[in-house]
Amino acid sequence: MTILQDGFGGYLTLILAGVLANEVWRLLGVVAGSRLDLDGQLFQWVRAVALALVAGLGSRMVLFPAGALADVPLTIRLVAFAGGIALYFLARRNLGIGVLGGGVLLLAAQLAWP
Amino acid sequence: MGEAITPLRAFALGLRAAGSVAAFVLFATALGFGALARDTGFTLGHTAFLALTMFALPNQVVLIDQLARGASIAGAALAVTLAAVRLFPMVATILPTLRGSRRHPLLEVLAAHFVAVTTWIEGTRRLPAMPPDMRLPHHLGIGVAISGVMALGSITGYLLSVGMPPVVGAALVFTTPLYFILSLVATARTRLEVSAVALGCALAPLFHLIVPGFDLLATGLVGGTAAFLWGSARR
Repeated sequence: MTILQDGFGGYLTLILAGVLANEVWRLLGVVAGSRLDLDGQLFQWVRAVALALVAGLGSRMVLFPAGALADVPLTIRLVAFAGGIALYFLARRNLGIGVLGGGVLLLAAQLAWP
Repeated sequence: MGEAITPLRAFALGLRAAGSVAAFVLFATALGFGALARDTGFTLGHTAFLALTMFALPNQVVLIDQLARGASIAGAALAVTLAAVRLFPMVATILPTLRGSRRHPLLEVLAAHFVAVTTWIEGTRRLPAMPPDMRLPHHLGIGVAISGVMALGSITGYLLSVGMPPVVGAALVFTTPLYFILSLVATARTRLEVSAVALGCALAPLFHLIVPGFDLLATGLVGGTAAFLWGSARR
């Protein structure tokens, strides 16, 4: 079963509902970015907005997840998250160990307390 | 890193991002996207097309979810565009970093297409070490590598979707927020950066409950502005 037509019509739907609605913000970003001065106050503000937004995306994914992660109890998600951060610092700020360690902790906790 | 580096070399160094932790995490998340696309009845062609043309995983998930629920084209476009607003400040702040002695408008548009959370984080980590004229080719290399990884992950997830235990899927998805926050913590140095990351983490769940749909926008504007004011006061 396919939800969209296989031919041009299906792709047209994807372009109109997804690609354009998505890409428009990148193009507006090019226009705004070409006027931003790297050392200016405005640049610092936009950068702070972007940082807060991406950090917020991360914490929202942990606290209000979608899909398979939503079936994992909140306590396990929070413990695995804290564990990942702890592993990152214990491993002298190693990003790979923090990220993979957190994932493994979540998996282990889920298997131990199903 | 000396000034003798060529654009081709800078591009090739960017391609190495395919072997980074970021690429692994994105691959893991893309597996989930591919599996979701198959479950909701999209073809493999649609799935690969979205990975290459949208290149923003959360927005792709929103689109697929909307169409699968029978939303109209306009309704789906609105949901996607709300999720995509975050690309605006990311592109606007990475572009001035990419500017060298000469402008390349078309390549800048291509570079903007390659801006997503993963490449933005990797870019802000790696670009400052590059000579200004080499940053655009370096970023294009990162973009080609990371978008290739995302397409590959989506296709793999689509083909594998039957048979992956949900527990494994959940652990793979979990690496994404952990990567986002750890890499932001890793690169935050100034008071503005640290407070923006901390406020973003704290405010998003609150705004999610108060203004769902606009939560990330509100988090960025309120948290970012507060961090900016706090960071620029008594420097």
